This record gives sequence, structure tokens and C-alpha cells, in this order.
Amino acid sequence: MISKTHLIGLAICCVCGLASCSTVKAYQKNKLNDAEMELSARKAQKFEQSFQLYREGGSGANGGKSGGGCGCN
Amino acid sequence: MRKIYLGVLALYLGIAASHAQTTMPPPVKDSTNYQSRKLKVDEVNLVSAYYQQDGNHSAVTGGIGTESLTDFANTIDLQLSNYGKKGRKNTFGFELGIDHYTSASSDKIDPLSISSASREDVRIYPSLSWTSTNEKTGNSFGFTGSYSHEFDYQSFGGAFSLTRLSANKNTQFDFKAQAFLDTWKVILPVELRPAGYGSGEEHDKRALDYSPRNSFSTSFSLSQVINTRLQALLVVEPSYQHGLLATKYQRDYFTDGSERVENLPDSRYKLPIAVRLNYFLSDMFIVRTFYRYYTDNWGITAHTAELEVPIKFTPFFSLSPFYRYNNQQGTKYFAPYGQHSPTETYYTSDYDLSTLQSHFFGSGIRFAPPKGVLGWQHLSMLELRYGHYTRSTDLASDIISLNLKFK
Repeated sequence: MISKTHLIGLAICCVCGLASCSTVKAYQKNKLNDAEMELSARKAQKFEQSFQLYREGGSGANGGKSGGGCGCN
Repeated sequence: MRKIYLGVLALYLGIAASHAQTTMPPPVKDSTNYQSRKLKVDEVNLVSAYYQQDGNHSAVTGGIGTESLTDFANTIDLQLSNYGKKGRKNTFGFELGIDHYTSASSDKIDPLSISSASREDVRIYPSLSWTSTNEKTGNSFGFTGSYSHEFDYQSFGGAFSLTRLSANKNTQFDFKAQAFLDTWKVILPVELRPAGYGSGEEHDKRALDYSPRNSFSTSFSLSQVINTRLQALLVVEPSYQHGLLATKYQRDYFTDGSERVENLPDSRYKLPIAVRLNYFLSDMFIVRTFYRYYTDNWGITAHTAELEVPIKFTPFFSLSPFYRYNNQQGTKYFAPYGQHSPTETYYTSDYDLSTLQSHFFGSGIRFAPPKGVLGWQHLSMLELRYGHYTRSTDLASDIISLNLKFK
């Protein structure tokens, strides 16, 4: 499982990341609103994520399927 | 099979043709704040993919033999919305997926049969969702129900989701709880079936066992705008599976020459933690990154990293080369063909669960012109992706995907 060091490292990264945030107004978000900037996998990646789920032991946390249906082939 | 290909083609052409014939009236500016209670179609997405793989470590034959497989997968997803009495936006989603796959290894469940039960099959999976959103705050909640059916497997799913946005809309928290209640028809390799045990094939009326497999997961995600060019997402998605988690038509061979069906624990805890970071480098280049750490109680740990750099030749046309690397420490229950000890309680020769490294690379192109793709007003986006996958256990595959978005 995850070690204490990993968790502390992750917490430090999150705190530092959040601390460096600046307030961005709605009118300043034209670059962030670009379709390529979406913080999710593309719809066209749906089936790529499905086959990766079947061909590898790790899964989840990527917007793909995490259960349901067999996937045993 | 041909019917599925032709059906999908007809669906694409039908939607495209119906929109192509539509003459759009000039847009009229709405000076009121009227919000329609009538249900309107927001968007329709069609996603199709063709996948083919080959390898030489099939779990059905104990870690040796062909892994040749093809899958033609399609989904149509329809999003509709209206406004309720209190001004909240209701979004309704309907998705229907149909996959057709052929699997050479599944054909080895009964090698003497002309066609084994799972040599080829069709999976059908519809889902319905409803989300209620307060557009002023951005906060929302919703429910999803889903179903999946293939010849040896049925799944019922349900999910609840919740979104909360900060007042400045720079921080978003999402929560999702999901449950899948599945039932699996227990098909056994022909030589390991008890007397009178069915094959699972349609014409075979002999009884066989059914086993449950239930999956429960929760997802916590936090997205944060860091500055005008950079935003990040952190996702933690613990999940738990219980029931028949081994695939009972997969064989295992032991050092004493004996043969048994795969046996794995009936519960599995998974913990993936992922981070996405997207950076708007310039008007031409965007950098999309993803990293995931995964661990579970079967002893699998994995590090997955993805990098994609969309190159925007115009605001409406981009080329997106991508690369994904995965490094997996396999489960403690894995051993190759003929290397399991007869004293082991749990065993598998499924190379998907072994120690491996994989590389996946390719490119996508995306067109989203304001007047519609090829001048079709309603075809607002076309995306085509190709990827090649190689795995250190001698497996290679290719996938080509197409996404058409209609608005």
C-alpha cells in the first residue's frame, strides 16, 4: 500500500500547488476554456481506456470504466 | 456481424444526412432571460472504435497460445436539457453501446467444438442519467442507471454524483459513488467440467452455475485553476470488488503436471490516485499530462504516465500526438505456464496481471470549425485517433477511434 512518505509528499505537493494559485476572473479564462484544455479524457479515448483496463491490472481515476461488464477476453 | 457494421454506418449517415438537409434560420438575439422548459437536444456524440490485438500468452490456455482478438465498439450518447420551475437546469443523458468481439483464445474453452460459446459475442450496454444544476453557483447533483449484457455476463449499475464549485469558480470538488451488481455464468474448460455440467452454449440445456461479482467505488476529485494558463485535477478513487473475481474458463498448469481452473481471492480493494495537469503553452501548443499511481491488495502496483501535446494549426484544427507509459508490478498469484506450485491456494497465468511494461503511442486529429465540419452546420466536431500498443509480454495491438459530435 502507499507509504507514509508518499502521502506526506503528495500532501506537500497539493499544499504548494494550492498556495501558488492566483485568482483568475471569468474574463481571464479564455485559454483555460479552450476545448483542448479540458481536465478529462477525450470522448474518443473511451475505448482506448477500455482495452487498457482489460490488458493491465491497474484501473480507475482516469474517467474510464471501473466496474460493470466482464472484460475477460 | 455484418448487420452491426451496416447498422452503425446507417446511423452515421442518417444523422449526418438529416442535419445536412436542415436549413438554419439566421440566429435571433434573445433579449429576455427566458429559459425553456421544453426539452431540447444539447448534443449527440457517436464514438466508434476498431481494436485488434495479437499475442502468445493466452490465459485460457494457461499462459501459452494465441491472444488474437478483435473488437468493434460503438456508442451513441444523447444529451438533452430543460429548465425546471425553480430555474434549475435538468440534463438528461441516454447512452447506448454495442460491441462485437471475436476472441481466438475463448475459442479454446472447448477446442474440439466448431464454435465455442464465447468465440464471438455482442455486448449491449444502455445507460440513463439525470443531473440537476444550479447555473448561478455551478453546483449540481445527479443519478445514473446502467445495464450491460453479454452471453455469459449481466451487469446492473447505479451511481450518484455531486459537484460543488467555489464562489470564484476556480476550485471544483466532485464526488461520485457507483455500484455494479453483476452476475456471471460460470463456464469451465471442457476437460474440467464435472459430469452433466453445461457448456454455456445456447443449444445446451444442461445446468451450470451462476456467480455474483459486485463492484463498489467512490471517486473524490478536486480541480483547481492555478493561473490563466494552468489547471490541475487530483482524483482519488478507492473501490472494492466482491464475488467471483477469477475467470473460471482460464486454465492453470502446475509443476506436478496437473491442471486446474484459475482461482483468485473473492475480494479485491483497489486504490488509484491520479493527477492531471494541463498547460496552455502558446496559441499553437497545449501540454496535457496525466499520472496515476495504482495499488491493490492482490499485490499489483502500477505507475502510469501520459503526455499529449495538441498542436493547433488553426483555432479549429489540431493534431495531437500522444504517448503513454505503464509500469506494473504483477500480482503475487501469477506464474507462467506450468510453474505454479500444487500447494498454492490462489493462482493465475493471466499475463494482464503479471509484471509488465507497456507503451502506447499515436496521434489524433480534431476538426471543430464554427460553420460545421465539411459545411454541415450540426456536425460541430470530428475527432479521429490512432494508437499502437506494445507490452513487454509480447502482446501488440492497434486501435482506431472516431468521435462525431452533433449539436
